[in-house]
Amino acid sequence: MTAMKFEYAPAPESRSTAAIASSHGLFIDGEFRPAAGGKVFKSIAPASEEVLSEVAHAGADDVHAAVEAARRAFPRWSGLPGAERAKYLFRIARLIQERSRELAVLESLDNGKPIRESRDVDLPLVAAHFFYYAGWADKLPHAGFGPDPKPLGVAGQVIPWNFPLLMLAWKIAPALATGNTVVLKPAETTPLTALRFAEICRQAALPPGVVNIVTGDGTAGAALVEHPGVDKIAFTGSTGVGRRIARTVAGTRKKLTLELGGKAANIVFDDAPLDQAVEGIVNGIFFNQGHVCCAGSRLLVQESVAEELLGALKRRMATLRVGDPLDKNTDVGAINSAAQLARIRELADAGSAEGAERWSPPCELPADGYWFPPTLFTGVTQAHRIAREEIFGPVLSVLTFRTPEEAVAKANNTPYGLSAGIWTEKGSRILWLAGQLRAGVVWSNTFNKFDPTSPFGGYQESGYGREGGRHGLGAYLDV
Amino acid sequence: MSDPMSDSMSDSMSDSMSDPMSDPTSEQPHTPERTDGSAMPKPEHATPLAVLKTYKLFIGGAFPRSESGRVYEVTDPQGNWLANAPLASRKDARDAVAAARKAFPRWSGATAYNRGQVLYRVAELLQGRRDQFRAEVAAAEGLSKAQARAAVEAAVDRWVWYAGWTDKVTQIAGSSNPVAGPYFNLSSPEPTGVVAVLAPQDSSLLGLVSVLAPVLAGGNTAVLVAGERTPLPALSLAEVLATSDVPAGVVNVLSGRTAELGPPLAAHQDVNAIDLTGAADPALAAELEATAAENLKRVRRPAVDAEDWTADPGTSRLLAFLETKTVWHPMGV
Amino acid sequence: MPSTAPALPLADVTVSDAALRRFLHGLPGVDAVGLESRAAALGTRSIKTTAKSYAIDLAISMIDLTTLEGSDTPGKVRSLCAKGAAPDPSDRSVPAVAAICVYSDMVREAKEALRGTGIAVASVATAFPAGRAARSVKLADTREAVAAGADEVDMVIDRGAFLSGRYLQVFEEITAVKAACGEAHLKVILENGELATYDAIRRASWLAMLAGADFIKTSTGKVAVNATPANTLLMLEAVRDFRATTGRQVGVKPAGGIRTAKDALKYLVLVNETAGDDWLDPAWFRFGASSLLNDLLMQRQKLTTGRYSGPDYVTVD
Repeated sequence: MTAMKFEYAPAPESRSTAAIASSHGLFIDGEFRPAAGGKVFKSIAPASEEVLSEVAHAGADDVHAAVEAARRAFPRWSGLPGAERAKYLFRIARLIQERSRELAVLESLDNGKPIRESRDVDLPLVAAHFFYYAGWADKLPHAGFGPDPKPLGVAGQVIPWNFPLLMLAWKIAPALATGNTVVLKPAETTPLTALRFAEICRQAALPPGVVNIVTGDGTAGAALVEHPGVDKIAFTGSTGVGRRIARTVAGTRKKLTLELGGKAANIVFDDAPLDQAVEGIVNGIFFNQGHVCCAGSRLLVQESVAEELLGALKRRMATLRVGDPLDKNTDVGAINSAAQLARIRELADAGSAEGAERWSPPCELPADGYWFPPTLFTGVTQAHRIAREEIFGPVLSVLTFRTPEEAVAKANNTPYGLSAGIWTEKGSRILWLAGQLRAGVVWSNTFNKFDPTSPFGGYQESGYGREGGRHGLGAYLDV
Repeated sequence: MSDPMSDSMSDSMSDSMSDPMSDPTSEQPHTPERTDGSAMPKPEHATPLAVLKTYKLFIGGAFPRSESGRVYEVTDPQGNWLANAPLASRKDARDAVAAARKAFPRWSGATAYNRGQVLYRVAELLQGRRDQFRAEVAAAEGLSKAQARAAVEAAVDRWVWYAGWTDKVTQIAGSSNPVAGPYFNLSSPEPTGVVAVLAPQDSSLLGLVSVLAPVLAGGNTAVLVAGERTPLPALSLAEVLATSDVPAGVVNVLSGRTAELGPPLAAHQDVNAIDLTGAADPALAAELEATAAENLKRVRRPAVDAEDWTADPGTSRLLAFLETKTVWHPMGV
Repeated sequence: MPSTAPALPLADVTVSDAALRRFLHGLPGVDAVGLESRAAALGTRSIKTTAKSYAIDLAISMIDLTTLEGSDTPGKVRSLCAKGAAPDPSDRSVPAVAAICVYSDMVREAKEALRGTGIAVASVATAFPAGRAARSVKLADTREAVAAGADEVDMVIDRGAFLSGRYLQVFEEITAVKAACGEAHLKVILENGELATYDAIRRASWLAMLAGADFIKTSTGKVAVNATPANTLLMLEAVRDFRATTGRQVGVKPAGGIRTAKDALKYLVLVNETAGDDWLDPAWFRFGASSLLNDLLMQRQKLTTGRYSGPDYVTVD
């Protein structure tokens, strides 16, 4: 960043609220225990590469034990009056609110996301999600799934590292509200907040076995997906893994919902509210370092306003503060892992090699940890890899269009279909375009907004099923 | 190909009300009616020799033979020959998918009211041909006259049931979502796209209608693989569809081996969903589901137990091929 | 190089009411929710230690210390001037405020009291705060203020004319007042609370700048809604874009309702991250305030001593 008159002094959030034990066990049947094989892995802070803790690595035996615990807990849990289940979930919601600072700090440490986001976005949404689904637990006969909808049984849930606790909430809250029990496998690089959540389950006196957390890498996830005692699989992550899971459950009676990748178009017309569009573009691709499945990673801008918009966008990008995730003024934090950084670098290099023009603001990156500057590619065409493949990083590909029809054609020209953005002051155009776009979430004159009442999920290769809202109940009911 | 729906596909309420329903010429099917399709013609020299129908595929509104030139013998449950049916190939399946994709924008973009009108018209024509279908269904499934009559009547009713859903499903499956912020937020169901439908093997018309109509009512277009042993009612239904107001390509009907046509449809990257109801063999169903994972098709698995096609259909088949789209917009001055 | 002639690239947009209307209505729209959420997000910046110390002193130096009451007297104005010149009697390192802002009949008193301090005298004029008077009265008001020694004139626009679409009338009135100001700097008060929509605020900002405003100012402080982070952010965008288009820099003054150091720092963050360094200067950004100064002083004492201060340790002028 260029030297400014008004330099913000470091404003780090204290780590003291989130003491981290040097080792963590699996959470099975209400107890923390080491992996049966004694295997562990390290969870590190991506901003510094500091080892935060050693975490038990679940093997197939551990996954089996967790599924068995969930099975044992299922009859009583599903047999509880909905109002009683609701009260457990309300308790959890309240405990999350009470411990939100601790959880936010832990999330930012383990994931690398800015504390501003974990504090102002992730944690409020986590608590809200539990509140929302808590209230459904005793109202299921009114949810539109028949007079007496039944839970499925044991839900196996595999979640990604980009919103560790929020994805946990999206999975666990509706599952428990509907009377299922849960075995959840957090991402290998971000296990800590899920294990802290396990403590919250204990504080809430949730019956043992209702929630089980098994940490580990993809092998633990695969063991969970394959386990015959699981009735439902819910997965959020890459399209590649989602495809494998869909193949794995083929021919079984396991119900499956998938929330996968995306390559969203963020479409800006020449009559857009430009300053807010710039904010929406920035929020669309640089929020959470672009580690967002619904990120607005393809900017489609009308040619007549492209130059003006890109000028404004670059000026705005120059104000992004990249650095220490715990600094309260950080806008863009660390890339979650070395592997993800390598993936982003590879695709960005492909963008350059294929002839797109690359630009980043002057930006000093920390020496340790995994970092990638906010990056813009102009001169991108639909044929470029960076216009087709999900980068899952702070990299924006800019394409142009001339007419609304061309915008729709380009926006829809992808196997994905998770989200899209529209920026124009003309209402009828918004509604027309919203109808044309093949995407599960359409943000018009805004972007990357989430709410527990609002269904989320994709078309095509972005997966199937919806999370959130009344629709989200359907994924956990025998309907 | 001329399209009787060209006016009524418009969004205008008056257009859609005036066109197909008030056109007296479209009340009657254009194809000559068979006198009796239920049995082999008897060598009765006193009466003129019956003109047999050549059963054909239905793709993009046309009635081609299989590009492979193949046919297979269709018999009644006792093994008596009924007709030769086209033995469709993977290339026919490919052509059917292309036709369904081409038809999708217009069908999905039609007003729900208009789709309801068009589907209701199918019921009307089906009713008009009830004797033919009664005979075909009785022969195909070995039913008594009364059973066959009941099946055809139920099929007509089923079609009417789904025709009435087109403009209601959004209201039961959509929602206005009270988000915690100054945003208008609305979820509504949308058709998922091109749906491959493996029709049930045990119910040649009622089962067929029960799986096809919900796909169409939601605004999807369909590639239908008729029950393998009993394809004739499906191929005749194509004639009804062709003479109704359903635009070309919205429904495409293939006859042949389910195990041969299922895999290319399950693997086709431009198919959005597959209904495996007719994949009666669990191994085949599992294989097709695994194949369908390649582009994350929505998969409706076959039922564990035999389905009761006379039961209240509910909404699950209707909702299985709908996506929920949620649109946000800020509210401010 | 940017032209030194003001607003030359846009000279043609003010040739007629129709041209002016087309131009103003052709400015990009403002999405209210997006604007407010951006302002709120910038409000979460955490300004600590050295940054806070810099910002507090900068904020003090940007204050137009104001008294605009019917009960104002020469005595009141003199004591305000003394406070502005030496805000913290116990700490002479505290910077002086930028200006003392009074009604036009108090200008002479203020000018006298501030002699030798370098602090400017700002006078509201043009039938402040309503602006409902004949143009001749408004111009006379302006001339009186300038004649009495006002270095800066804070005028109000004719909101009635603006809201009924008579943009050229508003434009001409501002240019007339600007002419009457002579050497004095002209701050044009939009009275955002009465313009009601952000689109109108953006249009009024451009209108005022086209007409020669040296500053655009949010409000009189006399209506229900005065300066807000969102409407100030919007005006900062306007001055930023106006300079990019014309080469001429215009200042921004939020006024009314800014009472705490915390609020003031949020405004400085808006300036920093919207208009940028060039506006972080009393010549280009002001706070119109009366009670803000004491809170800034208490926060400054806290930074200096490490103890929380109290109202008895600052003066009540």
